Amino acid sequence: MPRLLRLARFLLPLVALALLAVAPARAQLDIDIIGGSGTLTPIAIVPFENENNWPLGITGIVGADLVRSGLFKLVDYAGVVPRPARAEDLRADDWRSRGADAVVVGSMRAQGEGRVEVRFALVDAVKMKQLAAMTYVVTPAQFRATAHKIADAIYEALTGDVGVFSTRIAYIAKQGPRYQLYVAEADGYNAQVVVTSNEPLLSPAWSPDGTRIAYVSLENKKPVVYVQSLETGRRQALANFRGSNSAPAWAPDSRRLAVTLTKDGGSQLFLINADGSGVQRLLASPGIDTEANFTPDGKSVLFTSDRGGTPQIYRLSLGSNAVERMTFEGGYNVSARATPDGKGFVFVRRDGGRFQLAIQDFATRQVQVLTSGPLDESPSVSPNSKLILYAAEQGGRGILAAVSSDGRVKQRLVAPATDVREPAWGPLPR
Amino acid sequence: MRNFLIAAFVAAFLVGCQSTETQSPAPIEEPAPGSAAAGAAAGAAAGGATTSGATTAGVSGAATGGGLSPALKDPKNILSKRVIYFDYDSFVVKDEYRAQVEAHAKYLQTNRPANITLQGHTDERGSREYNIALGQKRADAVKQLMRVLGGTEVQIETVSFGKEKPKASGHDESSWAQNRRVEIIYVGE
Repeated sequence: MPRLLRLARFLLPLVALALLAVAPARAQLDIDIIGGSGTLTPIAIVPFENENNWPLGITGIVGADLVRSGLFKLVDYAGVVPRPARAEDLRADDWRSRGADAVVVGSMRAQGEGRVEVRFALVDAVKMKQLAAMTYVVTPAQFRATAHKIADAIYEALTGDVGVFSTRIAYIAKQGPRYQLYVAEADGYNAQVVVTSNEPLLSPAWSPDGTRIAYVSLENKKPVVYVQSLETGRRQALANFRGSNSAPAWAPDSRRLAVTLTKDGGSQLFLINADGSGVQRLLASPGIDTEANFTPDGKSVLFTSDRGGTPQIYRLSLGSNAVERMTFEGGYNVSARATPDGKGFVFVRRDGGRFQLAIQDFATRQVQVLTSGPLDESPSVSPNSKLILYAAEQGGRGILAAVSSDGRVKQRLVAPATDVREPAWGPLPR
Repeated sequence: MRNFLIAAFVAAFLVGCQSTETQSPAPIEEPAPGSAAAGAAAGAAAGGATTSGATTAGVSGAATGGGLSPALKDPKNILSKRVIYFDYDSFVVKDEYRAQVEAHAKYLQTNRPANITLQGHTDERGSREYNIALGQKRADAVKQLMRVLGGTEVQIETVSFGKEKPKASGHDESSWAQNRRVEIIYVGE
């Protein structure tokens, strides 16, 4: 299987590759974990009391979320009798022998009017100390969301970092001549079409408040930037000036965007209000300036420019208007995305003919190459700065992939018979 | 087990998928510079522009009644040549395209109401957005030359499709060479 061979080149041992023959509808993404962190935290997730009274459970989703992070492995709970449902039911001996560092227990109870009370507790299996606990009252339609919240709570309690299992992602799927912008849960489920076009769509960008997506559409035979509400589905042309309009990037306050416009000649950076008003030039350069991306403090903008002869990444300080070159190695460094922790940025570099992802630290200027290419592009960093979603190519087809910011965890997100590209990781839910 | 495959299959809750194809009018549009009035004004301003250069094209291609000349689609006329190809990483309009660019420039000079869009394209390598900018630079280079040769700013809009609309779908130099191009499109064609 050539697919396996391709993987084997750069991956840690592959235990199971079970692509089922049943093709999921549309551009639903399937996620493979193809490389893991060096040490995985062993965690037991005991099915919640009464969980099988509902067709869609919760603990299966919690476990899948945690495993997908590449930081955890699941410990078998079989043989622990009676099955614990509360922190106080747990006996240290049961879990020590199974090698679990942490145990998750819980219960579900029908409350009438279709509502269900879901409780869970996360317990340190060695010290028998409760680390997190929560009670939710939800409808079965909210089980997936609840499972993601529980996984977020567990992830945060055990790693100290915010979980991103409750976030959403956007991406473009191309099937034949049709382009569709999708929004899905971070695990690839519940993919919903936001917009369909027979001309290319690209550069989706979430407003930091999670209510809107800006993107570029070529449906009018030229690039035009649109902003579309995810709540109402309504959209408006944000920038439709003479020439090309592209590369939308939201300011952290969700009120303004940076865009690349050519209306005054050349590809230049402009600021524009989210309702399309108040266009103002951000910078003037004789060459190309594009691919703006705000740093999380909103005080500077990273961008790509060929002002030095080759495309490199620069940083514009909005207060002083000072421009500083950020990348120096190699003749092609583009698509900078600031990491939400404010420490640095991810970008695409060309090494020979290969396009790879790399991460650079603002303070040390150190560059770490994260992927091997050959055609990796369009990086998007998770809100906790731990994972980077990007577009890659496999077997002549576009797929999405993810790599941890330390380069150790790798995932692929594949939609059958579909070119998938241009991923954008949504913000943390409010 | 350190590695897992999560075969994520779902009973496709795609009922709610709606495709939004509605066109809302752009809230901010500059007045169409290529409108007939603007074109006429530009033509008047150009005043003594002559058509002598049109001999380069062999056929003057003068249109009647503001419509587009059939010469634009006559395979025997240079005006039917609409694509200009570029070298890798280059924005230089090669000499072999000079006559073609000049013919279109002279057509614009002779037919001031006529407007064109120069659509820049790149090969598939590199960032989508950076390629939009590269394609734009190619279109701008052609525009620059056309303005020198008789076209006016108001007649020529330059846009870029980047690598989004390749002409050849292969992943080798022969395909890439066909994709690094600027297409000349007459408005109203």
